[in-house]
Amino acid sequence: MELLDNLALGLGTALQPENVLYCLLGVVLGTAVGVLPGIGPTATIAMLLPITFSLEPVAALIMLAGIYYGAQYGGSTTAILINLPGESSAAVTAIDGHEMALKGRAGPALAAAALGSFFAGTVATVVLAVAAPPLARIALRFGPAEYFSLVVLGLLASIALARGSTLKALAMIVLGILLGTVGQDIYTGTPRFVFGVRELYGGLNFVSVAVGMFGVAEILRNLEDERTRAVVVEKVKNLWPTREDLRRIVAPVLRATGLGSALGILPGGGHVLAAFASYSVEKRVSKRPQEFGHGAIEGVAGPESANNAAAQTSFIPLLTLGLPAHPVMALMIGAFIIQGITPGPDVITEQPALFWGLIASMWVGNVLLVMLNLPLIGVWVRMLTIPYHILFPAIIVFAAIGTFSLGFNPWHVYAIAFFGILGYVLIKCGCEPAPLLLGFVLGPLLEENLRRALIISRGDPTVFVTRPISATLLVVAVGAVVLAVLPAIRRRREVVFQEEL
Amino acid sequence: MGGRPAAHHLYRCGVNRRVNGKRAVTDLLAGLIFVAFGLAFAITSLSYELGAPLRMGPGYFPLALGGILVLLGLLIMGKGFISGSGAEERLGSVPWRALFLIVLAILFFGLTVRGLGLVPATAVTALLTALASYRTSILAAVAIAAGLTALCVLIFVVALQLRLPLFGPWLPFSV
Repeated sequence: MELLDNLALGLGTALQPENVLYCLLGVVLGTAVGVLPGIGPTATIAMLLPITFSLEPVAALIMLAGIYYGAQYGGSTTAILINLPGESSAAVTAIDGHEMALKGRAGPALAAAALGSFFAGTVATVVLAVAAPPLARIALRFGPAEYFSLVVLGLLASIALARGSTLKALAMIVLGILLGTVGQDIYTGTPRFVFGVRELYGGLNFVSVAVGMFGVAEILRNLEDERTRAVVVEKVKNLWPTREDLRRIVAPVLRATGLGSALGILPGGGHVLAAFASYSVEKRVSKRPQEFGHGAIEGVAGPESANNAAAQTSFIPLLTLGLPAHPVMALMIGAFIIQGITPGPDVITEQPALFWGLIASMWVGNVLLVMLNLPLIGVWVRMLTIPYHILFPAIIVFAAIGTFSLGFNPWHVYAIAFFGILGYVLIKCGCEPAPLLLGFVLGPLLEENLRRALIISRGDPTVFVTRPISATLLVVAVGAVVLAVLPAIRRRREVVFQEEL
Repeated sequence: MGGRPAAHHLYRCGVNRRVNGKRAVTDLLAGLIFVAFGLAFAITSLSYELGAPLRMGPGYFPLALGGILVLLGLLIMGKGFISGSGAEERLGSVPWRALFLIVLAILFFGLTVRGLGLVPATAVTALLTALASYRTSILAAVAIAAGLTALCVLIFVVALQLRLPLFGPWLPFSV
């Protein structure tokens, strides 16, 4: 059983005391930022990336991954208790979860969310372990033409699954790719768009982009309207769900795990979509649809399981193809690169301990999260009393020091301010920042493979459609965009996102 | 977000869905930003070697994408004109004081961290940022700045061994 050997190797790595410690640190931090509104996992991981520089590669990646899926847990806690989703995918949990809390059933809601998430996370970890090696083997045969098409697919599919205007998302991607061309050209060494600034020859840093667009811009949004967060939380009692509750959540959790695992692989914030999709599926198949919106436990267990499964499987394209499915994964690419590892199909064979250790750590992390979250719920909620006007200066200062410490380059710090303003204005105009960051990270890959493919084919542009894998990928990419703009599908998609909000 | 949006608005972006007219301004501004960036990149690309598709020069790829971005920006602006009935709708409030102070704080940090060292640069940055909130008095801001500076020295210098002078060469007592 190769799979078992691999998982054993992974568990061996993940259970080393040091790695367990970083996993714990990651999930605690993740839960914290998931609980706190106004700071999400993307900004947090971007801020902490520089810090991971000095860690062992495995420890660094385990911690960063923990922040990501820990945030999914934390976001649901506040969604249930005070109707304040700390993370976008928890918005749907708030619908029925908070209703349950109002009826004095916060305990069972929290338990359903945690148990569902744990089950989904465990299954998704196995899915990841089973699906990754064959995919990586296919990816090893990819040439530049295939990689070009793959990146195109990744970028375009992220629009199809994102919410909002397709045109704007497309423009954000293109702008991101263009910003990614700043710096020396890889083939000729010509400095591009640097306007004589030597410090920019190495290009803009994606940490600046992420911290600016997800951290600073978000802070500015929050400062538009400074309200006090009155947090009144009653003590949670009766944590354990009744036998009837457990019976009701089994099927939704199973369905949501499948749905979430599948949607998580797709590019573009699969976990948010998974949560919404699971909610509408459960409402449709339920014998008691009238209870949805009034505290149906299925409406908590389903979406929570789905988003956790998706958070896990969204590592598949990253680990096998080197292709990030959404901004957090784009930052993980950065974490790999900081550690001197090129993410992609080679990681499995060249760094098996790291690869399987990371996967196994997600399961360890899920165990830690269940142990942390249910008993310590009061501590997390008390974190909400940290006033925002103390929190946001800390975010800015950490971002500035962290980004500077990456290369001791002041221009990376100036770039935070630039991307903060740009991100703020664009978000106000209805443009989501995620596609820009994806374009920025994938742009150099796109250009490099485009140019290399054309050199190999002696300038024949048909190479992208005559090679079968490349052609297939492009067809799927075009299909994704067509689906996104077709009115019928769009309406369906909007409904999935908008229902009951 | 209230009830379901009207059918012909369904395909529109989440942020603007709620107010019909607001959409126009946001589309026009977004389009304008994209056109401006597209033009800037495309025009600058012309000064680099373009090459041919067979062997692309450094200017080829950004020129092509700059062109695409201009096109997309124009399309977005066009949509804004078509659906724009209430073009006088504003974008909503902008926290000017916070925007100014936070940008100033970040730039100050970048400019002075080498010269002044970590402690003064962090303290001033934290002070300026803290003042961005209307809820923070000068005294509270000083307290926040002091606390944050101590915290950052602990985390970055003591724990993470960041090689940065606490007080830089611009000061008479650099450490």
